[in-house]
Amino acid sequence: MSDRVSFQGYARQDGRKGIRNVIVVAYLVECAHHVTRRIVTLANDTDVQLIGFPGCYPNQYAYEMMCAVSTHPNVGGALLISLGCESMNRDKLLEDIRASGRPAELLVIQEAGGTKSTITAGVAAIARIKAEADKAPRVPMDLSELIVGTICGGSDGTSGISANPAVGRCFDALVQANATCIFEETGELIGCETIMADRAVTPELGAEIEACVAKAESYYRIMGFGSFAPGNADGGLTTMEEKSMGAYSKSGSSPISGLIKPGDIPPTGGLYLLDVVPDGEPRFGFPNISDNAEIIELIACGSHVILFTTGRGSVVGSAISPVIKVCANPETYRRLSEDMDVNAGRILEGEATLDEVGEEILQNVIDVASGKRSVSEELGHQEFILTYKSFEPIGPSCLPVRLVG
Amino acid sequence: MTNTKKNAQVILLHPNDNILVCVAHIYAGDEIFIDGQAVGMLKDIEVGHKLARRPLVVSDKIYRYGAPIGSMTQAARIGEHVHMHNMQSDYIPSHTRTRQNKDRSEAQ
Repeated sequence: MSDRVSFQGYARQDGRKGIRNVIVVAYLVECAHHVTRRIVTLANDTDVQLIGFPGCYPNQYAYEMMCAVSTHPNVGGALLISLGCESMNRDKLLEDIRASGRPAELLVIQEAGGTKSTITAGVAAIARIKAEADKAPRVPMDLSELIVGTICGGSDGTSGISANPAVGRCFDALVQANATCIFEETGELIGCETIMADRAVTPELGAEIEACVAKAESYYRIMGFGSFAPGNADGGLTTMEEKSMGAYSKSGSSPISGLIKPGDIPPTGGLYLLDVVPDGEPRFGFPNISDNAEIIELIACGSHVILFTTGRGSVVGSAISPVIKVCANPETYRRLSEDMDVNAGRILEGEATLDEVGEEILQNVIDVASGKRSVSEELGHQEFILTYKSFEPIGPSCLPVRLVG
Repeated sequence: MTNTKKNAQVILLHPNDNILVCVAHIYAGDEIFIDGQAVGMLKDIEVGHKLARRPLVVSDKIYRYGAPIGSMTQAARIGEHVHMHNMQSDYIPSHTRTRQNKDRSEAQ
């Protein structure tokens, strides 16, 4: 059924295809944030979106993330706003985005004459970039060309029973159609490492998966807090491993084809685990300070759409890729239905089965890929967070599919 | 996922589990059936929360989805709420808004 599904995508020079044609307007340090935000506000266009990195100190991860999201297939062009003295390599970033075939411009506030002058120049630049981006050719795009990421936020004791396994059913159907699915947050998979390793396509990948969960456990132990929020406890979750087992069910039952890190693009269809916990001794703080930091990493790995499950009730969306919200808890759904795309709480009330809700989620993915706005998109949610991190490249055992592919 | 006999308020996720999960608000005074046995509820239990399927003692491992999710720090009667006051992680401590230290359990 679903392997024949196709829709209209935007063709990009690197061969990838997008489901949106967003212009990103990026501040390259917090000092340029206000000017950048004003430009976005004045552009008054859902598809002109604010992103950025607040830090002045250099960070390879931040550079790679900025580059990955600015050249994401859902992005058609970019405007970079620099104060002038920060460390982000603005010329290289501009060059990398242009080399990807996208229109891109750079404004340096210290050279452009200050706040008002840069805002005026920025608004004019957006019009030029948008005119150019609008020329992106529309081409048929198959379900197998889609990358779908998943995250849970505001989990409660119902998440692991309804919304998460329903997303797992949707993931199974997508993998069956040779699409790419990414699940993440190794800190929220503590306790699942052994069963997860058994699903890896090779024993070596299984060992890498176990090692990356051990890394997450050690990292969180040093930080003094697990990836467990007070709201998780309010909603009936008691321990990290209980939350993990629930989170894990988002992955469905397909074999795990690879282990990737932020910015790595999965080489083929299949199910991938994204390791979001930095390598080495903890240096810059918590691995992900809130859900949007993980969403941006899923997007940097090429995710066109994000499936966000919630029990307590999150309202967030994201810049660049649409977020589809699947509500696990029927009581939460009744309170926050204006923010939800799918009511998986029906499963708990005996009104729908996991398979039916899984099918409904898949239909939402297809609709959103075909251009329909998700609820959070419609509401104007375009959250974006990027903080300091450091990663080593993935090891040779992490992507066994590359060898056979 | 199967409903325990006659109960729309709790579900058993796996035959080996020793807890049930509340799926519709339970009020103090409600009577629920656990494996065919009528149990009077002494306190409210909210959706998503766990209750003991059988009497539990200190150090008992708690099974949900058929997998261990932590251990008891206090005993619990059948039908009693199982949460941070009587169980804890075997891996990494959980925190709440009021308890943000590295204690292993709320029950100190």
